[in-house]
Amino acid sequence: MAMPRQPALNLSPQVSDEVRKTTCYMCACRCGIDVHMKQGKVAYIEGNRDHPVNKGVLCAKGSAGIMQHLSPARLRAPLKRVGPRGSGEFQEISWDEALQLATDWLKPLRETAPEKLAFFTGRDQSQSFTGWWAQAFGTPNWAAHGGFCSVNMAAAGIYTMGGSFWEFGQPDWDRTKLFLLFGVAEDHDSNPIKMGLGKLKARGARVIGVNPIRSGYNAIADDWVGITPGTDGLFILSLVHELLRAGKIDLGYLIRYTNAPYLVNAHDGPEKGLFLRGDDGKPLVRDRRTGRAVAWDAPDIAPDLAAGVDIGGVTHLPVFRHLADRYLSPDYAPEAVAQRCGIAPARIRAIAAEIARVAFEEEITLHQPWTDFRGVKHDTMVGRPVAMHAMRGVSAHSNGFQTARALHMLQILIGSVETPGGFRFKPPYPKPPEAHPRPHAGHSPGQPLDGPHLGYPLGPEHLLIHDDGQPKRIDKAFSWDAPLSAHGLMHMVISNAHAGDPYQIDTLFLYMANMAWNSSMNTSAVMEMLTDKTPDGSYKIPRIIYSDAYASEMVGFADLVLPDTTYLERHDCISLLDRPICEADALADSIRWPVVAPDRNVRPFQSVLLDLGARLGLPGMVRDDGTPKFRDYADYITHHERRPGIGPLAGFRGPDGTGQGRGAPNPDQINRYIENGGFWTCHIPEDAQFFKPWNAAYQDWAVARGLYDSPQPYVFNLYVEPLRKFQLAAEGHGSRQPPDHLRARLMETLDPLPIWYPTFTDADAAAKDYPLHALTQRPMAHYHSWGSQNAWLRQIHGHTPLYISGYLWAQHGFEAGDWATLTSPHGRITLPVVRMDALNPHTVWTWNAVAKRRGAWALDPNAPEATKSTLLNHLIHELLPPRGDGLRWANSDPVTGQAAWYDLRVKIEKAPAGQTVSYPAHSAQSSPVPKPPRNLAHQVKE
Amino acid sequence: MHPAPSLILFTVLSGMGFGLLVWLGLGLRAPTGLAAFILFGLGYALAGAGLIAAAFHLGHPERALKAFSQWRSSWLSREAVFSAATLALMAPHAAASVFWDRPLPLLGWLGAALALATIVATAMIYAQIRAVPRWHHWSTPPVFVLAALAGGALLAAQLTLALWLMLALGLAMAVHWVLGDQQFALARSDTGTATGLGRFGRVRLLEPPHSGRNYLLREMVHVVGRKHARKLRVIALVLGAVLPALALLLPAGYAVVGLALLAHIAGMLAQRWLFFAEAEHVVGLYYGKR
Amino acid sequence: MTTLPPTPARKLGLVIDLDTCVGCHACVISCKGWNTENYGAPLSDMDAYGESPEGTFLNRVHSFEVTRDAAPPMVVHFPKSCLHCDDAPCVTVCPTGASYKRAEDGIVLVNETDCIGCGLCAWACPYGAREMDGAEKVMKKCTLCVDRIYNENLPEQDREPACVRSCPAGARHFGDLGNPESAVSQLVAERGGFDLMPEQGTRPVNKYLPPRGRDTLQMPALASLCAPDTSAPTPARPAQGFLGWLDRALEKL
Ligand SMILES: Nc1nc2c(c(=O)[nH]1)N[C@H]1C(S)=C(S)[C@@H](COP(=O)(O)OP(=O)(O)OC[C@H]3O[C@@H](n4cnc5c(=O)[nH]c(N)nc54)[C@H](O)[C@@H]3O)O[C@H]1N2
Ligand SMILES: Nc1nc2c(c(=O)[nH]1)N[C@H]1C(S)=C(S)[C@@H](COP(=O)(O)OP(=O)(O)OC[C@H]3O[C@@H](n4cnc5c(=O)[nH]c(N)nc54)[C@H](O)[C@@H]3O)O[C@H]1N2
Ligand code: SF4
Ligand code: SF4
Ligand code: SF4
Ligand code: SF4
Ligand code: SF4
Ligand SMILES: [Mo]
Repeated sequence: MAMPRQPALNLSPQVSDEVRKTTCYMCACRCGIDVHMKQGKVAYIEGNRDHPVNKGVLCAKGSAGIMQHLSPARLRAPLKRVGPRGSGEFQEISWDEALQLATDWLKPLRETAPEKLAFFTGRDQSQSFTGWWAQAFGTPNWAAHGGFCSVNMAAAGIYTMGGSFWEFGQPDWDRTKLFLLFGVAEDHDSNPIKMGLGKLKARGARVIGVNPIRSGYNAIADDWVGITPGTDGLFILSLVHELLRAGKIDLGYLIRYTNAPYLVNAHDGPEKGLFLRGDDGKPLVRDRRTGRAVAWDAPDIAPDLAAGVDIGGVTHLPVFRHLADRYLSPDYAPEAVAQRCGIAPARIRAIAAEIARVAFEEEITLHQPWTDFRGVKHDTMVGRPVAMHAMRGVSAHSNGFQTARALHMLQILIGSVETPGGFRFKPPYPKPPEAHPRPHAGHSPGQPLDGPHLGYPLGPEHLLIHDDGQPKRIDKAFSWDAPLSAHGLMHMVISNAHAGDPYQIDTLFLYMANMAWNSSMNTSAVMEMLTDKTPDGSYKIPRIIYSDAYASEMVGFADLVLPDTTYLERHDCISLLDRPICEADALADSIRWPVVAPDRNVRPFQSVLLDLGARLGLPGMVRDDGTPKFRDYADYITHHERRPGIGPLAGFRGPDGTGQGRGAPNPDQINRYIENGGFWTCHIPEDAQFFKPWNAAYQDWAVARGLYDSPQPYVFNLYVEPLRKFQLAAEGHGSRQPPDHLRARLMETLDPLPIWYPTFTDADAAAKDYPLHALTQRPMAHYHSWGSQNAWLRQIHGHTPLYISGYLWAQHGFEAGDWATLTSPHGRITLPVVRMDALNPHTVWTWNAVAKRRGAWALDPNAPEATKSTLLNHLIHELLPPRGDGLRWANSDPVTGQAAWYDLRVKIEKAPAGQTVSYPAHSAQSSPVPKPPRNLAHQVKE
Repeated sequence: MHPAPSLILFTVLSGMGFGLLVWLGLGLRAPTGLAAFILFGLGYALAGAGLIAAAFHLGHPERALKAFSQWRSSWLSREAVFSAATLALMAPHAAASVFWDRPLPLLGWLGAALALATIVATAMIYAQIRAVPRWHHWSTPPVFVLAALAGGALLAAQLTLALWLMLALGLAMAVHWVLGDQQFALARSDTGTATGLGRFGRVRLLEPPHSGRNYLLREMVHVVGRKHARKLRVIALVLGAVLPALALLLPAGYAVVGLALLAHIAGMLAQRWLFFAEAEHVVGLYYGKR
Repeated sequence: MTTLPPTPARKLGLVIDLDTCVGCHACVISCKGWNTENYGAPLSDMDAYGESPEGTFLNRVHSFEVTRDAAPPMVVHFPKSCLHCDDAPCVTVCPTGASYKRAEDGIVLVNETDCIGCGLCAWACPYGAREMDGAEKVMKKCTLCVDRIYNENLPEQDREPACVRSCPAGARHFGDLGNPESAVSQLVAERGGFDLMPEQGTRPVNKYLPPRGRDTLQMPALASLCAPDTSAPTPARPAQGFLGWLDRALEKL
């Protein structure tokens, strides 16, 4: 047979004229990207193989960056509101006019009452910069979005072990043999988790997924634990119970690296439950050899975990005894928790056994000598290859702080934290609470704030409250309502400002947060609060300034819109001072730089903020002669110094660019980053890569790189003493006293040892009328509300069906094509249903933030995002339903104030036949951008 | 499969046209002069109209000539070649019949063979598609061939022939339906084999790949209700074959032939609509549509 | 061209690991990005911001649920693109020769300048691997990134399909399935790689690796490790048995 004729193909077409390497910002994972340019235009985006975060891979959002960059929803010029708030009617104005307006509004505030500016930022990654600006302005009312995101995770991690998951650390993907994943659909470490799971799969390591829903990562989990929402803490404590009973815990690790041996003061009085301390204030332990209480770090002692010391007839027991006594209780036996958690006792035992087996029978030994902070030399690094990771399935509950604590306790008890095969910190973590700042709110007219806004309180003395107990911050962070609200409470700002509680503000300044839609609870009411007027006809929240890059829902509610650039059009700095991109074995930071110039009248928000700061004459932003100190954000990144020698970027410092971590500003620094692919890394020496909190080599290296100013070794807090201090206050000790209605709750929930209590909604009497749990998950191919403007991504997830279990499906007689109405104590929504069997039977869920308000994001008003989709947020209230005690309790974690998104309870009904549009259906906002093209066929071919 | 109007029209009309040409070529009826003009004209018009309708279905009709190139392997290409050859070879025979009252039987026979081949090729375009089990069956070509020949015979006013062909067509349609109903199952493709996951348990689509629409769903996945299908089958059978056959039992006359013709065309349109609409493509298994 | 070449010496294709795919759609979009800018006409999106968007994609990820009698249900994410079949019916039905299978490596391609957009090849494909582009009206399908894998303008390590390069989980593998020694062939052999719808007789080149056993963690085998401490705790001495053990264990440290 003749060879068929084939057309001649050009197998080596020119891929691009040039590759520009920068950092992705289709989400907060911050992968490195190669932007292929043709004729000066963006032609194709792929992953940067050399980048520490993604090593070449790229997720769907990252690959679709070009469609985000070209989105028809991009704002085009500064906007001044002309219609009523929420209508979306604007007039385009010049930058001069916009900046003048902002200056006219803000200048008098700074001079009279700086706290009347509330400046809150959402998805941004320049918090160290915006916080610095707000501090210079002098308002105490600044925070980023962590309070509604995952502060439970962060705070529990910092207080327990000096770091948590994601930005703080990662599993030792290359060595882990058993991996437990709690409540994660996607997480910020989007590509690294997938790459890590891929590594585990390639090695045949076991993955256990604990999640009410088996999709995504949990779909590939070898074993799936379809837990009932809100009960992870109980399940974890049951695992602890089993491990204790079997003696499968690493006693040596506990003695060396944790406060397990610390003696807990048992004397009645204001010291009860605090550590027994020596005269020098050092916590004491019992030395088994002598039976005496000695300083915890005294040389040549054998700290006891079992026995205590008698002083004046009172026995002071070590932390570990308290711990063992508590968790060995039959209350935590698998049989006792099985029903609540929805997990069979045999399954709990099997998982505990597997943890024990892998931790202790598959121990890893690296032949890597190292020296600990006591000066003891070790020939090897011994690891317990069980790693864990958790995120918002644990964190977004009103028991999330303590649940995350329980999880860390489990990791610590088996001795797997910072050991090979276990969980590893990423620098600049570990960093214990003591090494973090305390929160500040001291303000006075015309003056900068007295210190950084956020921090980690170590006791009631660090709360930001007036003498009468009134919160100093508009979000009531660091008040008795949420004493350890380390990230602030962004989700409370609008409702508090609207209510004038604890005081009235003047200007609400938001950046990159869609607060009129998907990041607020009770969205419909929030939209009303933003538009609500006083009897004299003025808005209750007098002024709203907002910076967004796109025509989001929130834009429609601003008085002044400062349009930002897209991520390919500006400088950004992913800084060690902020939310870095380090890996467990390397320090790393990175930049974005304008790979293309904006084609609209938009400006990078950070540069605008510097400009505004200069107009306001803020300290640090103007020279002595009053002229602006920084040309733009790039100039700030290069020249700003936080402490001498420490600036936003750690790489290529010093005049010759060789400084790593420390060094004078280098005018050529940004170019050096660009040449290097947009990032900088610095590897941790081999002998410093594990046992970081206790490893002398690591501590010295960290000091040399500017992470600390002096070595900061510490031990893990199985027992968190600061929590006990709040309990003591609740018991009536000390001068700062909580209001009476909070005493019982503080005593219960601020337990210094991890506890589990039912979520507030589960504990509520109304729970029985709302038998189901309702959750959202992040779709891997969308980032919050941004995905829907992306022509490629919106085809993947264009609506939000309600996934319901086979059990409910049968119970309610659902059929394909049906719709359901979900009701919570607070509201009602209607959505199409889809059956999913791999789901906890009492749980329903839908995708997060895909739903859109009509008219927003340059989408057709009949787009499925508006007509076949809605937010669960409509069912969630920032306050719990009234309980008859005359008080409305916050729907948040009582320790950190974290928004309890996943505490939601609902009931379900089949919607009447004929339902074709989702409910609620909000009126359309008019679009500040022109109508998009109908069809796309984008190509930059020569 | 999506019942595209252009394809339904094409297959029905051009089928009848080529069927008529078969009879005209065979000389079963050898009209001359005006009658020849009308009949050949009708044959060419129907075949041509069908081809034009088919061209509407193409994304790039301007490149249609390229479709003549792959006759060695492609039934669609063969259809193009045969149809063009039919029209070309039949032309002298037609012209001679119309203008000189002298048919050219040799060319006529050749043309008839090619016309028949065209009809078979059309049928084979569908019958070859294994991914549509209902089509991929020996009973598909008889339906196309008998429909074309019966319609053609009616047009040619070969009433007795038409009567028998109508009965045969009715039978062929019935056989095609009855056997066709089992073909998907016999093809042994199910969600288990489509995904290879059948060995683990019962496989069900949880989520389609995109919430947005796509070409495949539009083109290949068309679900007709069973009740609907049964009704249409009766209509197709009665109008397409039974009614024309009954009419042909009546004393001949223009009215009778006209009635039979109208019923037949309506019936065949229904049959053809169903032929597409009822045909399930195995790709539906990937979309939970079966 | 429309006839199939004699069995090609090399059979380039993909191996997709269903045990590892998390269903992230990265491969879908990187494919869209590469092929919009490269081979032939851009992959269009009709009604892109409207009520009913419909774009062309060469690779799509489905999700299936598998219910089992004695174990919890599984969810399997299932990426699917052209399988570059040895007996490709899409090729033989093509009237114009636009569809062809390359003799040298078995890649099935559409020569867009010859395509009349009749759609027959898409009908012939059992797998739904071909889509007619809404704007250009020509048939689109996975090209196995033929313009990457041999591309001398790309660094050697980037000469692999866009979807393989971008897959974060490493669930996609590319190579020569005609060579039993190749890494992909070995993987298929080790993990029991299989064909989709073998009964369709297309003899696909691409292979799928099955999910490994799920939910196999069993109590009995491992129970012995956690020999529960038998001395029942009493309210007075809640940790009695445990304390004894603790004391002994601390002594040994
Ligand atoms: N029901 C429910 N609600 C939730 C959650 C949930 O799980 N379930 N999750 C919560 C959590 S954890 C979070 S973090 C929040 C997230 O909610 P938000 O913080 O509101 O996040 P986005 O929707 O991403 O909105 C950010 C805004 O930033 C804008 N933006 C995008 N890029 C740029 C840019 O380059 N410059 C500027 N200036 N603006 C830009 C977008 O257009 C958008 O309007 O949602 C919370 N809400
Ligand atoms: N693609 C993409 N990536 C993102 C984002 C995005 O919008 N899109 N957003 C980013 C942001 S701001 C955040 S905060 C992170 C959040 O990342 P994730 O923590 O992965 O957030 P969610 O999607 O809310 O997933 C929460 C998971 O917890 C499960 N869950 C809920 N309640 C419980 C419970 O009680 N117990 C257990 N075990 N599981 C439970 C849910 O089923 C769900 O799978 O993702 C970040 N990454
Ligand atoms: S995970 Fe995806 S969207 Fe996020 S930064 Fe990385 S590539 Fe970009
Ligand atoms: S990129 Fe990889 S993990 Fe993601 S859907 Fe595709 S094959 Fe699966
Ligand atoms: S998968 Fe479909 S398009 Fe690809 S070669 Fe096979 S039959 Fe042809
Ligand atoms: S659509 Fe194009 S490639 Fe497909 S069969 Fe028709 S001509 Fe060939
Ligand atoms: S090989 Fe290339 S064309 Fe084929 S699916 Fe992958 S990226 Fe798309
Ligand atoms: Mo978040």
